[in-house]
Amino acid sequence: MATYQEFIQQNEDRDGVRCSWNLWPSSRLEATRLVVPVSCLYTPLKERPDLPPVQYEPVLCSRANCKAVLNPLCQVDFRAKIWACNFCFQRNSFPPSYAGISEVNQPAELMPQFSTIEYIVQRGPPTPLIFLYVVDTCLEEEDLQALKESLQMSLSLLPPNALVGLITFGRIIQVHELSCEGIAKSFVFRGTKELTPKQIQEMLGLMKPATSGQQGKPLAPHDAAASCRFLQPVEAVDMNLTDLLGELQRDPWPVPQGKRPLRSTGIALSIAIGLLEGTFPNTGARVMLFTGGPPTQGPGMVVGDELKTPIRSWHDIQKDNARHLKKATKYYEALANRAAVNGHSVDIYACALDQTGLLEIKCLSNLTGGHIVMGDSFNTSLFKQTFQRVFSKDYNGEFRMAFGGTLEVKTSRELKVSGAIGPCVSLNTKGPCVSDNEMGVGGTCQWKICSLTPATTLALYFEVVNQHNAPVPQGGRGAIQFVTQYQHSNTQRRIRVTTIARNWADAQSQIQHIESSFDQEASAVLMARLGVFKAESEEGPDVLRWLDRQLIRLFMFHLRRSPFLQVFNNSPDESSYYRHHFVRQDLTQSLIMIQPILYSYSFYGPPEPVLLDSSSILPDRILLMDTFFQLVIYHGETIAQWRKAGYQEMAEYENFKQLLQAPLDDAQEILQTRFPMPRYIDTEHGGSQARFLLSKVNPSQTHNNLYAWGQESGAPILTDDVSLQVFMDHLKKLAVSSSA
Amino acid sequence: MENEHVYLQVRDELRMNVNQQPHMATPYGQPQPGYQGYPQPGYGGDHVPSGYPAQYAPYNGPGSAYQQGPPQGTRGPPTSGAPPVSGAQNYSQFGQGENQNGPPPMGAPPQRPPVSQPYTPGAVNLPGPQHPYGQRFGAPPVSMQHMTNQMASMQVGSTAPSPAGPGYAPPSVSQAAVSAPYTTSAPPTFTPPTTATSQPPPTEALAQAPPHSYYGALPPVQQPFQNAVPTFSSAGPTQPQAPPPVSPQSFPQAPPISQPPFSTAQVHPGPTQSYRGPLPSTQSSFPRPPHPTSQPSAFPAGPPPTSIPSQLPGVMQPQPPVSQPSPYHSGPPTTSTGFPPQVGAPPRPSFPGMQGPPMASQGPPMASQGPPMASQGPPMAQANHILPTQPGMPPGPINASLSGPPPQPGMQGYPPQQNGAFGQVRGPQPGYTGPYPGQPNYGAPPAAPASAPAAPKRLDPDSIPSPIQVIEDDKANKGSEPFTTGVRGQAPPLVTTKFQVKDQGNASPRYIRCTAYNMPCNSDMAKQSQVPLAAVIKPLAPLPPDETPPYLVDHGESGPIRCNRCKAYMCPYMQFIEGGRRFQCGFCNCVTEVPPNYFQHLDHTGKRVDCYDRPELSMGSYDFMTTVDYCKNNKFPQPPAFIFLIDVSYNAVKNGTVGIVCQELKTLLDYLPRENPDVESNIRVGFVTYNKVLHFYNVKASLAQPQMMVVSDVADMFVPLLDGFLVSVSESRVVIESLLDQIPEMFADTRETETVFGPVIQAGLEALKAADCAGKLFVFHSSLPIAEAPGKLKNREDKKLVGTDKEKTLFQPQVSFYNTLAKECVAQGCCVDLFLFPNQYVDVATLGVVPTSTGGSIYKYTYFQAPSDQERFLNDLRRDVQKQVGFDAVMRVRTSTGIRATDFFGAFYMSNTTDVELAGLDCDKTVTVEFRHDDKLSEETGALMQCAVLYTSCSGQRRLRIHNMAVNCCSQLADLYRNCETDTIINFFAKYAYRSVLSSPTKNVRDSLVNQCAQILACYRKNCASPSSAGQLILPECMKLLPVYLNCVLKSDVLQPGADVSLDDRAYLRQLVSTMDVAESHVFFYPHLLPLQKLDVESMALPMAVRDSEERLSRGGVYLLENGLNIFLWVGVSAQQELLQNIFGTPAFSQIDPNMTSLPALDNPFSKRLREIIESVRAQRSRYMKLMVVKQEDKLELIFKHFLVEDKSNSGGASYVDFLCHMHKEIRQLLS
Repeated sequence: MATYQEFIQQNEDRDGVRCSWNLWPSSRLEATRLVVPVSCLYTPLKERPDLPPVQYEPVLCSRANCKAVLNPLCQVDFRAKIWACNFCFQRNSFPPSYAGISEVNQPAELMPQFSTIEYIVQRGPPTPLIFLYVVDTCLEEEDLQALKESLQMSLSLLPPNALVGLITFGRIIQVHELSCEGIAKSFVFRGTKELTPKQIQEMLGLMKPATSGQQGKPLAPHDAAASCRFLQPVEAVDMNLTDLLGELQRDPWPVPQGKRPLRSTGIALSIAIGLLEGTFPNTGARVMLFTGGPPTQGPGMVVGDELKTPIRSWHDIQKDNARHLKKATKYYEALANRAAVNGHSVDIYACALDQTGLLEIKCLSNLTGGHIVMGDSFNTSLFKQTFQRVFSKDYNGEFRMAFGGTLEVKTSRELKVSGAIGPCVSLNTKGPCVSDNEMGVGGTCQWKICSLTPATTLALYFEVVNQHNAPVPQGGRGAIQFVTQYQHSNTQRRIRVTTIARNWADAQSQIQHIESSFDQEASAVLMARLGVFKAESEEGPDVLRWLDRQLIRLFMFHLRRSPFLQVFNNSPDESSYYRHHFVRQDLTQSLIMIQPILYSYSFYGPPEPVLLDSSSILPDRILLMDTFFQLVIYHGETIAQWRKAGYQEMAEYENFKQLLQAPLDDAQEILQTRFPMPRYIDTEHGGSQARFLLSKVNPSQTHNNLYAWGQESGAPILTDDVSLQVFMDHLKKLAVSSSA
Repeated sequence: MENEHVYLQVRDELRMNVNQQPHMATPYGQPQPGYQGYPQPGYGGDHVPSGYPAQYAPYNGPGSAYQQGPPQGTRGPPTSGAPPVSGAQNYSQFGQGENQNGPPPMGAPPQRPPVSQPYTPGAVNLPGPQHPYGQRFGAPPVSMQHMTNQMASMQVGSTAPSPAGPGYAPPSVSQAAVSAPYTTSAPPTFTPPTTATSQPPPTEALAQAPPHSYYGALPPVQQPFQNAVPTFSSAGPTQPQAPPPVSPQSFPQAPPISQPPFSTAQVHPGPTQSYRGPLPSTQSSFPRPPHPTSQPSAFPAGPPPTSIPSQLPGVMQPQPPVSQPSPYHSGPPTTSTGFPPQVGAPPRPSFPGMQGPPMASQGPPMASQGPPMASQGPPMAQANHILPTQPGMPPGPINASLSGPPPQPGMQGYPPQQNGAFGQVRGPQPGYTGPYPGQPNYGAPPAAPASAPAAPKRLDPDSIPSPIQVIEDDKANKGSEPFTTGVRGQAPPLVTTKFQVKDQGNASPRYIRCTAYNMPCNSDMAKQSQVPLAAVIKPLAPLPPDETPPYLVDHGESGPIRCNRCKAYMCPYMQFIEGGRRFQCGFCNCVTEVPPNYFQHLDHTGKRVDCYDRPELSMGSYDFMTTVDYCKNNKFPQPPAFIFLIDVSYNAVKNGTVGIVCQELKTLLDYLPRENPDVESNIRVGFVTYNKVLHFYNVKASLAQPQMMVVSDVADMFVPLLDGFLVSVSESRVVIESLLDQIPEMFADTRETETVFGPVIQAGLEALKAADCAGKLFVFHSSLPIAEAPGKLKNREDKKLVGTDKEKTLFQPQVSFYNTLAKECVAQGCCVDLFLFPNQYVDVATLGVVPTSTGGSIYKYTYFQAPSDQERFLNDLRRDVQKQVGFDAVMRVRTSTGIRATDFFGAFYMSNTTDVELAGLDCDKTVTVEFRHDDKLSEETGALMQCAVLYTSCSGQRRLRIHNMAVNCCSQLADLYRNCETDTIINFFAKYAYRSVLSSPTKNVRDSLVNQCAQILACYRKNCASPSSAGQLILPECMKLLPVYLNCVLKSDVLQPGADVSLDDRAYLRQLVSTMDVAESHVFFYPHLLPLQKLDVESMALPMAVRDSEERLSRGGVYLLENGLNIFLWVGVSAQQELLQNIFGTPAFSQIDPNMTSLPALDNPFSKRLREIIESVRAQRSRYMKLMVVKQEDKLELIFKHFLVEDKSNSGGASYVDFLCHMHKEIRQLLS
């Protein structure tokens, strides 16, 4: 067998799974002692160009509470045409269609290389994708113009048969009817009055109020006549909608001096969700919210319209001074749950210099798998390109998005699932493999992921339930099966099944093996997610203390300093934003987020990764830092002077020009693929934007330490933060003194 | 004026009525059959010309007959008079009169249609006068019912003899006494009565029955005729003999008919016939001729007198008249000569007669007044004093004779007047006669003279005060020279008179009309008289082009100068003192410093030198510029906005209103009101359509297409947009036109039938709030708002409640939502105009709450059909949009210390007791203000009032319109009664009553109206008229039309609905009347009826109007009737072909399309002139009147007849004559 490194890589490539441990301790006690739980990162829709989906239904275990999918780990009796479930050991006969099965004629799902396999199944009529734009009109003219252009552009990116709808809001909310000729028609709602879904549907004429019997039941989705007024195929209303967007006015209500515009985000979202709920329940749909400021009126308001009252800060929150916070959060959570139940996801594109209330609204995206994009203005490439990238296509020319996913986890008897962390909500499905011990979103073996991209990654945590002293479980391997049902962007229903197995190891006898099977990267991310999850749901300082306790033995210096856990210098919105992305990106990206990558470019050799340390900041280097959210190109002092002097324009300094170009090219490469688009910063020594770099590097040299102060190497950072060195020193002391 | 009183011999009338009524009935119902028969016989010859004409002739005849009647009437009076002791006195006085009357009777017989002519030669004159009386009596028939009792008694004596006798029999007993007096006058006649007395008992019963029948219903009419006829025939011959039987018969029949009148009629057979003669009955009268024969014999015996007596009590009187007649002849020979012709035209003569009596009775008062009156007096006097009292009365006509014969002192005073009056009267009469085709007929009738004599006894409608006469007299007297307002307490010309006003310190009557121009000094007097003290104020009334609009006064930054205490504005009543340094308020007497910049020296009379340079010191009406202090929130107002809210539910789309409105608005928007015609209007416009949800439209100029915004949250209405909703027409014209083009298309296929209403107004209100301006909503609505929303209504139409104590709930809004909403609207200055297009019940009472509380108007187009109603709707809409209007108005009326404005009527809201708040005040809106004493007034200073209206003009300026009015104060009731204006009083009464139905059962409201009116008249009778027989009805000259107009109010659809009047219509009319000015209310209650066959194509003048009674209609004529809401063109069955050809382009009656709504534009002078007239009539009214062509005997005629307000109405409303008698009874009760 190859090294663990290779094994891990191989598994990740094939199944999209990275486990914290690749050998599992065989008893609960031992597992607990390992600190890092048995857990894994799973990317359900990991792109597998080499994996053609099969066109038939999966074969399920016949035991009612198991229903595991036939997989390569099952024992098969080809003669008896019987297979044994590797989870519950139920013996099942093959369905008639498998009559021709034999050792040489095995269905794909039995082949080891198909531990991950995708089925295309028939489930009702295909339903087109739905995109519902919810657009804030309380924007500056310039912003609105840019947004309108982006939206118009997006129409050309949508699948032609996709249904599209438009809701605009400001002081009031307009639901635009798209089918009418001539006069543009819209239904209007006031932004201060909370309406029940039923009322909304009635007011939109989506159901006949007088119909008895079907009272309260939304019309069936196929009743297009009712719904089509607001949701129309792009191909049919392309022109219409383009014009409509073109004529979109800024919110016409005057904003008095000293006031914020009245923005009814809460009701707008409620109407959007109510509309979809009434027309297309359980169908893939994206509500895309574009907002340029915080909700200022009605339910879900985050801040009042008085400018003299600033929007809540972490300080306010800690002092319990954010009067709208709890109410708003509760409101949006309720909305998010409604959306999630119906499989609709909500994207948030918030572009403003100040906070926009992401803290309160984020749950809409977090729970429904929607995107959150935060920018300064809609008139920036960050937003424009990110938005474009939402509609990017894969190698098959299909959108990199999937809808209405459900992830089900099945485990061997020795394991139970404790929970998941990621853009999902619990479906509250109890089962034999559900652990009482919750980590993340637990208490269920099924989660709903309303919207998925190939990068969407969930962290799943397990508990070993085998009792100490019990023999190593039968077969020596523990297995986990992930069953993901979703609506592909081409409207097909698909099921992806991933079945993995790891060997059990007796911690006492095989502790070295277990140690060597440790996946440091995966563990870091998994633990970080746990930390973030706790940070989201608990008070700040407690989380850090917990983390310190848990991770004292891990090198998590950067994580501790990261914006995911440290709120200093970040607004609540920013924290929400960072955390949002952290809990859904795959391992590589997550690592970048935890510990930014720093490349150094110089005349002395090819670009090289360097320590994220202030000592790396040298005058004759160009640094490229990728923090996932930011891409910083930093020109050292000398380089900056040279550039300023214009040497790169001179033919004899062609090499200098190339040097300058190299980081740009690399950055471009990153920008091409990253979602959301990172903030791109080109700065130099002494530049104001250099702070982005300086805040990230390890402050090994500061104004008050002895190391190299005033020396040539590196740049001192003016901070009171502890440096890695100090952190390590402290850590060592703790490690020694602690009795743990 | 001159003659303060109008005397009516009610009793006679009653009798007369009896007779007439039957006739009346016949005319309407069977007329033809019966008539034909009759006509042929008697009239036949006369009328012969055309079958129908014959009928008409009868009508005319009736007229003549009535004239003859007068004498009878006179007789009647005596009877009535007789009962009361006073009557006797009268008689004594009248002795002469009686004599005079006596002659009339003589004449009377002849007078009857035919007679008159014959008489002319001989005693023609006499007949003339007599006839008039007869007619008067004829009219009374209606009253007959009521009167019967009285009459009975009265008549008994005299009447007894005649058929009436029986009926009256019971009364006879009492009458007996009466008769005594009469006997003196005409013993012979009485004898018959005695006979009658014997018969009486049965008659009485009969008599009573009749009355009931009257009340009952008209239907019987036809029967009556038949019956009547026969009865007549029977009765006619020998009244005494036949009477009993006849009467019985007649009664039975009569009762059904309506009228007991018949019963009475029977009694009077002879007279009746004559009466009938005039009307359809005329024919009957003709039949009589045969009877006459019998009678004749009687007559011959007692010649005139005898005959009269024989006829009835009336007869008795007649006799006196007879004697009178002679006087007349002798006295006013000339007149007599004049009369002859008049005889032909009974009406006038009657008047004279009427007057005459009054004169006599009133003698003293008259005398006093007489002088002044003299000039005008004659006519007035006549009209006023209707001498129920008979003998005397009859003489009246004879005034001339009176002067001579009566010789009484008092009389002398009068005589001149009377004489004059007569002369004048006669003049007018001729005119009347003219109008009535009858005259010619009369010519023919003469043949029947014999019968005529018998007939005379009826009460002649021509003998009771005629609105037309009064109107014409006023025109003649006051229409020629400008009315200057400088003289305090001067009553202006009537609203029907065209006149020019010169503002010399008091507000023009176009702005303010008062019920009394001489107010009682103290509340005791006011209470005693019961004359309402009220002013009808139309603050923004439009002026004719030849009058100067109010000047705009600017007192600079400090704002208008006002009294420190009562805050009255500077006006001519402010007295400058101390060399001009201070001024004393005319209202509260407080002394205020004159601001330095306003100081001016005084001249030797104490007037400011610049008095005539400053409108506020010399004019009655002017505008003030105001300062920001007068603005809401201390902020100058924004220009107002108009918002059009259009119902686009299924009904509205289907009946075409959506298309029509949208189409019209495209052009109409160019005519928004503006102050300077050269500048664009500042008014912004907005559009909303709705069914059960609302659609707002963004019509911002920068849009290529309008945008529609649907608000379905009707439970919590809000305005979805601000910028782009209210726009300037010129800037957004393209978008607006595009919108108006598309609205009808968009909703062409709508299936939505439910509508909301409350949220619609809320929407408009919210829009105005959002825009921070005042404005007006134009709501075009079609159906009951049953959709789930605030202000949702249910159908509560329940006709069973009509007539019960719960009837008032039908006028009340069914939910309080709209009251609250209205309050909010007023606070914002949001005026609501509602255009309704209902196909069924829409609950106008509730929907109208907001419009009527915000100074808005309601227009209702029931069963709207585009082809026929479009014109009317569009014209209303155009006018409504274009008319001058002020917004966010507050009106306050300040008065002299001593009186106080206590009650207000109109379309407005009041949040306290003094400020009338009008969200919108347009040029048609009127507020009626009632005043009460809270202290004494002085005769010196009179009573001052100042009406100040603060409003925002259509250009957004905040202004004050000031109207000042001063009236005299009196300590004598007589002065009060001399300076009243009946039209205004009626306006007040109507509004008062129409409001009262909200809180009281309708019947109580009617009763209290009658009661108040009776008190007014009784007070006059008691305090201002000379003592006279209680049987004499004496009316103040100024109020002589009060009964007829009041009757019109009482029988209006609101107070006495017919079966076919919907609850919505009643609520609609109720609300409509509340904002009417005097001119509108006048024509509304007493429609204007023009005989087109009399139209002189060459002249600009209109033919003289005809009284609103079917008997005035000629079958050969075409009439135009308008009441401010509708125009009817009534075409007689036998209208001349040439006339039809000229009007309709077809000579055939049958080919006239009754559905036409406009007359064909034919190229002949008549057609042109007629259409001109229609147009000019329409132009005078605030609402466009749809033309309806009514063919005689067509189904539609029922509707038309509804507007013939002097007749009995289907709904049980009394005829003029009946009501007059009833009123008389009430008065007598009060007096006794």
